[in-house]
Amino acid sequence: MSAHGSILYLDSVSVSFDGFKALNNLSLILQPGEMRAIIGPNGAGKTTMMDVITGKTRPDTGDVIFDSNHDLIQMDEAAIAELGIGRKFQKPTVFEHHTVEDNLYLSLKGGRGVFFALLADKTKEISERIESLFETIRLGSLRHELAGNLSHGQKQWLEIGMLLAQDPKLLLVDEPVAGMTDAETVETANLLREINKTHSVVVVEHDMTFVRDLDVKVTVLHEGSVLADGPLDKVSADERVIEVYLGR
Amino acid sequence: MISKFILRGLDGRLTAFLIAALAYVVLIAIGNLFIPEGSFLHVPTYAVSLMGKYLCYALLALSVDLVWGFAGVLSLGHGAFFALGGYAMGMYLMRQIGTRGVYADPTLPDFMVFLNYKELPWFWYGFDMFWFAAIMVVLAPATLAFVFGWLAFRSRVTGVYLSIITQAMTFALLLAFFRNDMGFGGNNGLTDFKDILGFDIQSDGTRMGLFAASALALCLGLIICKAVVASKLGKVLVAVRDAESRTRFLGYRVEHYKLFVWTLSAALAGIAGALYVPQVGIINPGEFAPANSIEMVIWVAVGGRGTLYGPILGAILVNGAKTYFTGAIPEIWLFALGALFVGVTLFLPKGVLGLYGMLRQRFEKTRAPRETKRTADPVSQPSEAE
Repeated sequence: MSAHGSILYLDSVSVSFDGFKALNNLSLILQPGEMRAIIGPNGAGKTTMMDVITGKTRPDTGDVIFDSNHDLIQMDEAAIAELGIGRKFQKPTVFEHHTVEDNLYLSLKGGRGVFFALLADKTKEISERIESLFETIRLGSLRHELAGNLSHGQKQWLEIGMLLAQDPKLLLVDEPVAGMTDAETVETANLLREINKTHSVVVVEHDMTFVRDLDVKVTVLHEGSVLADGPLDKVSADERVIEVYLGR
Repeated sequence: MISKFILRGLDGRLTAFLIAALAYVVLIAIGNLFIPEGSFLHVPTYAVSLMGKYLCYALLALSVDLVWGFAGVLSLGHGAFFALGGYAMGMYLMRQIGTRGVYADPTLPDFMVFLNYKELPWFWYGFDMFWFAAIMVVLAPATLAFVFGWLAFRSRVTGVYLSIITQAMTFALLLAFFRNDMGFGGNNGLTDFKDILGFDIQSDGTRMGLFAASALALCLGLIICKAVVASKLGKVLVAVRDAESRTRFLGYRVEHYKLFVWTLSAALAGIAGALYVPQVGIINPGEFAPANSIEMVIWVAVGGRGTLYGPILGAILVNGAKTYFTGAIPEIWLFALGALFVGVTLFLPKGVLGLYGMLRQRFEKTRAPRETKRTADPVSQPSEAE
């Protein structure tokens, strides 16, 4: 395996917290334009993997390479975000005291410096960008509502909108359909497939129906390393996967 | 570019405030300088200085609100920045005394002669010039804040830990300034001022001028704070306050934003201190006392955190009450202050200004019960104290 030509490359990554191995020799490679679903039981290391990629946690060993040549281990969260990796959290985290529109405004790609922000103007171009985002996430009618007043599902969508606003090369999406109704889940799968046309995506999810809807390659994590990967039908027939999920 | 930046914060409410402030100053000036003593409408000079002092506190409260209300940084050490600004002004005033001191030394202030200083310490150079002192009023607290903030925010010290170290900072300065060999007058501090910019500091006209300068500083401070809060930077600050790590994952360098607003706030606090000292006539290490810094936070909480106007109101209300109670029934003041803080925390989480907003909302609801469409509150308020 080599990092060349990949959008994301993890090689032998290990992280331990007080002796507990959250990630154990994890290797994973994602091609540009690919969408990958990551599944696994609780404690399999899914969220820790996200933390390592986005700079929140430093791995003990291993390499994390983005877009063939950026070593992410040396960078902090802000630098990695600027490089083009966006993250949606498991628990929807929007800015509750800002309006829906301002949530998107703050997320839009562009200068992040203090003095830039002090003098920044909401130009016509920015308003147009926000409009096109509203078309995608369909929250236009709630633009002046405080984000804190949105329903759970709406917050998930807003957060996906915030991700898109950053226009990242790679989106990391942690449990996007947790707490959503069935109809919203189907909509979200459609939305992610739409996004995948122009972005590489990693989705962590428990919901098997949703993963089936996505119809992409699946990687199963267990105890911090890859247990199996391939199409969903193949991995769900795998003896070891059944054992991990159902127990002996 | 600058004017556009300032204009952004200038809405109807701010304009109304500025006009009211101007009318207030003019009325007080007429009442003090032109209406003869003995008249019912005469405003005595001691009252002018008292109000000037409140205005300095209001500016100080504004600076605390900027960091606490909008960036979520609860400072329990803002008294340090206030006192540093005050000391810078005090040093200028000491140098103005000249040969009129008890020991009549042309350069050394009295306390230095008394403590057997042979020559002026290097850090007192330049303070005989007003422009230099004026620069130091801003520069000294801002530099301390910049260094302190750079270290603290870069190490991601937040929440209660940050509050504790700000408290430690002001306490350390308190102990340092108490020492005679620091060269700032020890526990007596700096006092016995004679004149400022050539004007007799005791005269009615000077007192009135200082009061007007305090009102002007408060208005300018409010204009700056409003402009900062209304800018995109202000939105980022609120984002940091509510979800710091989320902001970081969006690519914002949270520590830079905090550092900017923290340093700006310290500079405002320093200016408040500098205007305060000539009006009360003394600056001593007591201003660094941790209890003072905690009291400032109470002013902000009482008025309404995260509203800019609330803290101004809170500072004036609480200090007005303090003046009254410590005069009339001094033994209950501290209990009253404690009860006030507990009461506000329990019953008025958004302060006096929040109460006004709540009542107005209720009134509008009863007046137009069918109109359910709510619009976002233009002043976003933090939900709880952090």
